[in-house]
Amino acid sequence: MKKTVFLGALTVAGLAAGAAAAGTLDDVKARGKLNCGVTTGLVGFAAPDANGEWNGFDVAVCRAVAAAVLGDPAAVEFVPTTGKTRFTALASGEIDMLARNTTWTFSRDVDLKFTFVGVNYYDGQGFMAPKALGVSSAKELDGATVCIQTGTTTELNLADFFRANNISYQPVPIETNAEAQQQYLAGACDVFTTDASGLAATRATFEAPGDHVLLPEIVSKEPLGPLVRHGDDEWGDVVRWTLNALITAEELGVTSANIGEMSAAAGGNPEINRLLGTEGNLGEMLGLSADWATKAISASGNYGEIFEKNIGESTPIGLARGLNAQWTNGGLIYSPPFR
Amino acid sequence: MSDKRADSVAFVRDTFIAEQPAPSSATGVVKWLQDNLFATWANGLLTIVSLYVVYLLLTATMPWIFNGIWNTESLAQCREVLDGSTGACFSVLSERWNQLLFGFKYPPDQYWRPTLAFVLMFAALAPVLFFDLPRKLLVITALFPFTAYWLIWGGTILTPLFALAGVVVGYFVYARFVKNSFAAGFFGAIVAALVVWMLGGQIIPENANDNALLAAVPSRDLGGFMLNMMLGLTCVSLSVPIGIALALGRQSNLPLIKVICVVFIEFIRGVPLITLLFVANVMLAYFFPPGSGVDLFLRVVIMITMFSAAYIAEVIRGGLAALPKGQYEAADSLGLDYPQAMRLIILPQALKISIPGIVNVAVGLFKDTTLVSVISMFDLVGMIRGPILASTEWNGVYWELFMAASVLFFVVCYGISQYSQWLERRLATDHR
Amino acid sequence: MTTLTDPPAGTFRLSMLLNDTRYRSLTFQAIALLVLIAAIVFLANNLMTNLRTAGLNISYEFLGSPAGYDINQTLIAYDSQSTNMRAAWVGILNTMLVAVLACATATVFGVIAGVLRLSNNWLVRKLMAVYVEIFRNIPVLIWIIIIFTIMTAVMPGARDYLGAEPKTELLFGMFAFTNRGVYAPAPVWNDGSGLVIAVFVLSIIGIFAYRRYARNLLYATGKLLPTGWPSLALLIVPVVLAFFIMGQPIGLDSPDVLANRFNLKGGIQIGAPLIALWFALSIYTGAFIAENVRAGIQAVSKGQTEAAAALGLRSGRIMNLVVLPQALRVIIPPLISNYLNITKNTSLAIAVGYADITATLGGITLNQTGRAIECVLLLMLFYLVISLSISALMNVYNNAMKLKER
Repeated sequence: MKKTVFLGALTVAGLAAGAAAAGTLDDVKARGKLNCGVTTGLVGFAAPDANGEWNGFDVAVCRAVAAAVLGDPAAVEFVPTTGKTRFTALASGEIDMLARNTTWTFSRDVDLKFTFVGVNYYDGQGFMAPKALGVSSAKELDGATVCIQTGTTTELNLADFFRANNISYQPVPIETNAEAQQQYLAGACDVFTTDASGLAATRATFEAPGDHVLLPEIVSKEPLGPLVRHGDDEWGDVVRWTLNALITAEELGVTSANIGEMSAAAGGNPEINRLLGTEGNLGEMLGLSADWATKAISASGNYGEIFEKNIGESTPIGLARGLNAQWTNGGLIYSPPFR
Repeated sequence: MSDKRADSVAFVRDTFIAEQPAPSSATGVVKWLQDNLFATWANGLLTIVSLYVVYLLLTATMPWIFNGIWNTESLAQCREVLDGSTGACFSVLSERWNQLLFGFKYPPDQYWRPTLAFVLMFAALAPVLFFDLPRKLLVITALFPFTAYWLIWGGTILTPLFALAGVVVGYFVYARFVKNSFAAGFFGAIVAALVVWMLGGQIIPENANDNALLAAVPSRDLGGFMLNMMLGLTCVSLSVPIGIALALGRQSNLPLIKVICVVFIEFIRGVPLITLLFVANVMLAYFFPPGSGVDLFLRVVIMITMFSAAYIAEVIRGGLAALPKGQYEAADSLGLDYPQAMRLIILPQALKISIPGIVNVAVGLFKDTTLVSVISMFDLVGMIRGPILASTEWNGVYWELFMAASVLFFVVCYGISQYSQWLERRLATDHR
Repeated sequence: MTTLTDPPAGTFRLSMLLNDTRYRSLTFQAIALLVLIAAIVFLANNLMTNLRTAGLNISYEFLGSPAGYDINQTLIAYDSQSTNMRAAWVGILNTMLVAVLACATATVFGVIAGVLRLSNNWLVRKLMAVYVEIFRNIPVLIWIIIIFTIMTAVMPGARDYLGAEPKTELLFGMFAFTNRGVYAPAPVWNDGSGLVIAVFVLSIIGIFAYRRYARNLLYATGKLLPTGWPSLALLIVPVVLAFFIMGQPIGLDSPDVLANRFNLKGGIQIGAPLIALWFALSIYTGAFIAENVRAGIQAVSKGQTEAAAALGLRSGRIMNLVVLPQALRVIIPPLISNYLNITKNTSLAIAVGYADITATLGGITLNQTGRAIECVLLLMLFYLVISLSISALMNVYNNAMKLKER
């Protein structure tokens, strides 16, 4: 009798395994909510405000995907993840996608079996030092104490950079950005290193931002982008092309202001028409409604608008577009055509 | 020699001298000071050093506390108002108080729900903690988990109702069969409860939560000190029965069961809680059936419950071992079988001895719930280290926040440990 | 009687599995075994299915590949090209280091506070009660963070010590207390230092031999030799003599304030995270130990002290020969379980960035390789080994100290 119960449990497990392989897109639709992994709090990229609403650059990507799939940018369950938990959360199916300034690297793609669907921010690791220290280059940092925010590729890049330049340093790994900042400001470390965008965001919150300089060296390439699990290409396509739709919208001049009128009827530009679903059947191919991209763009605007609103020059973080300008403006942001 | 007293003694006093007050050095403040502070020169030195330390502490903290600011909107404004003088910036507490208590996602218009649950908790705990109260009050205790669940998570009332129904049915089945055989009653109750719960699972409609009286709050949105309290209370109450089972298993003379219990207890007690939380966070998801999506709160509750069950099992084992052997032998000689002996003779006494130990475990566990902040849950410490310190307004306010957290924990833990001491004194008199 | 319980042969019925005490225990164990196996198979099967769906595998090969990150405080040679295994060893040694240090100081704090709680000085008694209650009732994680924050905020920066005209001078020209840690001189072993060490070891042996001789003499003849001063003299005089005879072979390498523009160079650096963790664990656990010590001393009945006094022992000897040996029997078991707690609480190093095993293997290595299951399993294995060893020691001690009842 015990034997049958035991076999029954095995069968249930097997059935459940079959059910889980049905596809993330269907799961999300059935659930009516998108589970999106974000950081536990990095101002500008993903942070809850005083009312508990998540805001930021990465958050906007989640909202766009939710809008494209479910038609409601608010239908997102934000799951805060740490550097340690993010990959397990994605691999085990706890979240459907991860938009947590995660660097696209070979081993994460190949060994950990994740699919990076694109790049939404080209970043690089930089250094911040007090002006009073009189350092003008990271190569002068021999013997310095360096605060690192752990859980990223930062530790590895830092080790590589100092080894390549044959200089020594003292690493101080810190869990949260707020604590790293405190250590740095109190002088417990000479320099603070993390992604350049994070440094800018951190410096913006200082009492006297002018007393600190960002050193010119960018010691690594950090293409940050959303990722999904390997092996579910339909879902990967949805996230990838939602991101591309935001980028293309900026390139084609589709903004949250004019999208209502542009999507009302087919206009003169065939690519805009295809993007917004007034022509062709791109949405259907993805398994979504025809106006999926319209909803995604309406959620929080096109790529440029999201950038400006969350981390652009008008915000306290004040990042210039730089590498993240459209390719037409000399940047790297480039979307394959909607055709 | 004369017999007369007057002959032998020159003077005899025939009235008492009026009682004199004690010399000033042996009474009142001076005497107390001398006895308690300056008994020897070394003691006096110690007193002076201590006084100096107290003085240092007070001068360092008092101006800071009393000069504190309670009504600005950011640290920068605080610094402006203080204008260089010493003072705390308690505004962070007044502005973020609700977040510290409830986390940043709990809907503000629903704060009354956890608050009500908190108040009800006292009513539910009272009959457990104070034996003098009428036993009938235990009904409140039994109803509390379901009420609290419904209040905090909201959603359809059917879920807690069916859970309660399962327990009630289980109880009646147990009461019906236990006279024949404990095993029949016990397992029958479990099966009956499971049947009710499965039926309930079938009956409750999928969208029952949509128009529920209390809006459903996902457990991910719980946070702050509420999360610490919930984890502490849930895990301790769940782990007491498991701990009893483990302790009995460890004392059992069935070798296999004994080995299982010993391995479990020693394994759990041998690793730090934080590694178990890592298991909950990064490993446990792999051990559930695919797609079951057990949420983080539940996984953490499972791990912490296992953790405290192992410790409580050891406390209860101590209680079992402390009972005189005669009690076991007396039970046997009355012809009671094992479940009867345990239920009627051994456990009531052993548990009574173990209560102070269990309370100590509970205090330790409650403090350890702060570790969940390491695995990206926003409990009190997690709220402070995460959203609040990371926000632009309050970046750099450490003392005020950690002081508030310390005070909250101190009040609760000190309260419990005072209760435990009171209980110990009471139990001690009972035995004499 | 026994013949009655013997069942007639050949009448075994299935219901006897439940109703007959001789078979019932077997039945229960068989059921338990089946449930256990079912649970294990169920979990393992889930694990396999989940891993297969995610395309992952369980492999420990990452332990042999280069770790790629640096660690600030290491007891063995390590650089970023060392393997993950080596990083784990660095973490293990760091865990042991802070655990041993914290156990030692926690004992000191605990004994002092515990004894002072019984002092007849009212103020001291109350202060110690406040210390114990405050530290026992606030989570250790909060204490670790608070103490680390205090260190960072209150101590001077390392750069204050640097340069030809520093803001702050080195203490005795050797010690610097900064918010990065404490810098202290390191001993330099020159030629002939071996001999000095040999003399030192010999004099320690000499002290033991002398004490033994004094005790034997006391038992044999009742003559009491002084032990305190001769021991001290034996400890110091020969070493000092050897040191000067050999031409001062042991030097000190003080921290250099001019070598580097960012940090003091040379000497020994004890990092701030280590100090914060060490201090926080000591003072937190010290509060628990204080209660044990108090309970232990109070457990010795007053009659013992009075009896000893009646025999004419002086108060110091009463403490040493009568009270302490009996109190220790009560104090040591909870003391060892407090040591166990310290060892397990060192895993909170993660909050201050100290590179213990949880921060290396369970932290950065896990983050970088994504091998969560493997790392967490190894981590638990390590703690289990440590805890079980300490428990084993405790059992040995308990057996040795058990009251010999005849």
